[in-house]
Amino acid sequence: MEILIQNIINALQFGSFYALIAVGYTLVYGVLLLINFAHGDIFMVGAYIAFFVATFFLGEYGIISPGALSGMTVLMLSIPLTMLLTSCVGVTLERIAYRPLRNKGAHRLYVVITALMCGLILENGNLALLGASRKKFPELIDKAVWTLGDISVTNLKVAVIFTAIAVFMLLHFIVTKTKIGMAMRGISYDKFAIPLMGIPVNTIIVFTFILGSGFAGLAGFMFAMSYPILEPYMGALIGWKAFIAAVVGGIGDIRGAFLGGFLLGFIEIGVVAVFPSTLRDLLAFSVLLLILWWKPTGLFGVAKTTKI
Amino acid sequence: MQKYTFNALLAVGALVLVLMAHTGHMDLYIQSVLMLMGMNIILATSLNLVNGYMGEFSCGHAGFMCVGAYVSSVITVILFTKDRVFGPPLLDPSLAIWFFPVAVLVGGVAAALVGLVVALPSFKTRGDYLAIITLAVNYMVISAIENIDVIGGPRGFSGMKRVINSMHDVADIPWMLVWVLLGTAFSVWILRRFVASTYGKGIIAICQDEVAAEIMSVNTNKMKLIAFMLSSGVAGIAGGLFAHAYGYVNPQSFNILKSTECMVMVYLGGMGSMSGAVLAAVLFTMLIEALRFGIPALDGVMHTIGLLPDSYEISQVWKWVIIPLVLILLMQFRPEGILGNKELSDVFPRLRRFYSFK
Repeated sequence: MEILIQNIINALQFGSFYALIAVGYTLVYGVLLLINFAHGDIFMVGAYIAFFVATFFLGEYGIISPGALSGMTVLMLSIPLTMLLTSCVGVTLERIAYRPLRNKGAHRLYVVITALMCGLILENGNLALLGASRKKFPELIDKAVWTLGDISVTNLKVAVIFTAIAVFMLLHFIVTKTKIGMAMRGISYDKFAIPLMGIPVNTIIVFTFILGSGFAGLAGFMFAMSYPILEPYMGALIGWKAFIAAVVGGIGDIRGAFLGGFLLGFIEIGVVAVFPSTLRDLLAFSVLLLILWWKPTGLFGVAKTTKI
Repeated sequence: MQKYTFNALLAVGALVLVLMAHTGHMDLYIQSVLMLMGMNIILATSLNLVNGYMGEFSCGHAGFMCVGAYVSSVITVILFTKDRVFGPPLLDPSLAIWFFPVAVLVGGVAAALVGLVVALPSFKTRGDYLAIITLAVNYMVISAIENIDVIGGPRGFSGMKRVINSMHDVADIPWMLVWVLLGTAFSVWILRRFVASTYGKGIIAICQDEVAAEIMSVNTNKMKLIAFMLSSGVAGIAGGLFAHAYGYVNPQSFNILKSTECMVMVYLGGMGSMSGAVLAAVLFTMLIEALRFGIPALDGVMHTIGLLPDSYEISQVWKWVIIPLVLILLMQFRPEGILGNKELSDVFPRLRRFYSFK
């Protein structure tokens, strides 16, 4: 029983990471019908930005004297700054790579390829500029372990899970209740009629990228705090997995992204609990493949009818 | 006879290459580049069948290559070499020259069967969802092979060099170069025959409009099945050749980066153009090899004129920044690739007098 609850907590933590990244895929897809393949690498860039911001506030570069700020203050300052800088990266990609193609009316496949290549550039550019040595993320807050019977939870795990839930509520509110969310849904519904209604399409798209990349930055920060070793390829596998989670949930739907993310977390932890851990990827992907076979448009996806 | 000029030139060219390699006028490095070029041609043309002609987005092509590589090398190692795991050879090693093509073809068939995993969901699924399935299959293949310990798991599998050596014992000619040339010719021929046939036009019809194709009596499910299986089977052949040319395979050499390479070649050449894919594969291989020498040269120049601090070196990693950048620029300024969906003979109609591929 204790093992079960312990595993559920681990699954929730992993699922939170997947969900936070998957939401970025789903937001962009929902508005542009574009698979932003660079998103996993934006997550990686977010983790690196978190590293540099945190070490900056800790006094690494000599501008702020070391030890002037307490760990908690650094955390509170770094999170918004990381999210802001990461969303700048996302918006830059949108401006220099995706928007020119969109304005030319290029086939969306070409945009997808561009996204894939942007991801590769971010990965390998990072490797080429910063070198292959791994970065160690500094410890900002003291680790507290709460035990309840035989179950032990760290404060970090709880924070990750609650962050994911809070982000879900916020995004769900933005997309379903606000005007800008309505515009986002409108663009995905009919991108030709929406500009005629006086809605600035490009502003809405930039806002979508800000949201998606910002939360990828948040996920990168959380991930770096939980697993403090950073390397340039860390975003690749987790990004692909989060993307698959988003598709399984039904890409374009916020609820789907979160459900898919948590589902993937539970499948992975469940597989590791029963089988040898080397089988994790194989079985997780097989289960997801079966789900897609059973429901080809994902759990929350709406099947489109083809008109003749 | 004028019709066969180009074909004859190709055959003579291949013969000259083999002769040069045999007499030692071509060093091993150039040979390996040529072989890589051949394999890239196979990969690009086979992926072009699905991504170009059929208009789907398959991004897990390296997974099928992986299946072909492992199956064919396990077969040849079991049959012709004394292996630590598999024991003494089952057949006389001198028979390897006859059975090697069979083993590579069996690898291709195995890859085609794995292609079924993608082909069957493609009946109901299209576009982005199918792309995910191909991606997942790539990961699954790698993960599955890493979990089979008999064939080395994550450490990789070797021993194919001994098969090649036993071929050299029979006759001392550059066998691998011969096989790669033959494999390339065979793959391009079979794909070209399929696409140019009336039957294969069904695939282009699916790309244009699936519903209309269905109404015009194209059995879309069957065509998709054939296209995916043929494409992955030919990729398996490339994998078998790859494994034997290098003598060592590792599951991680068939990861998503390799699949990306295949996609780069297809989109560089132009979707739905056989000659474009061949051209792109040749150019891409040459670009990679040029960067191998260009990057250290650039590094040297930058250091002598003092633009770079001594502590920083431009490493080979920049190769994988430059190649994606080339493709991004291509997408911005010429998104249809080098040839678009035209063949070389559509661009230069006079070429048509000099070749006949039937």
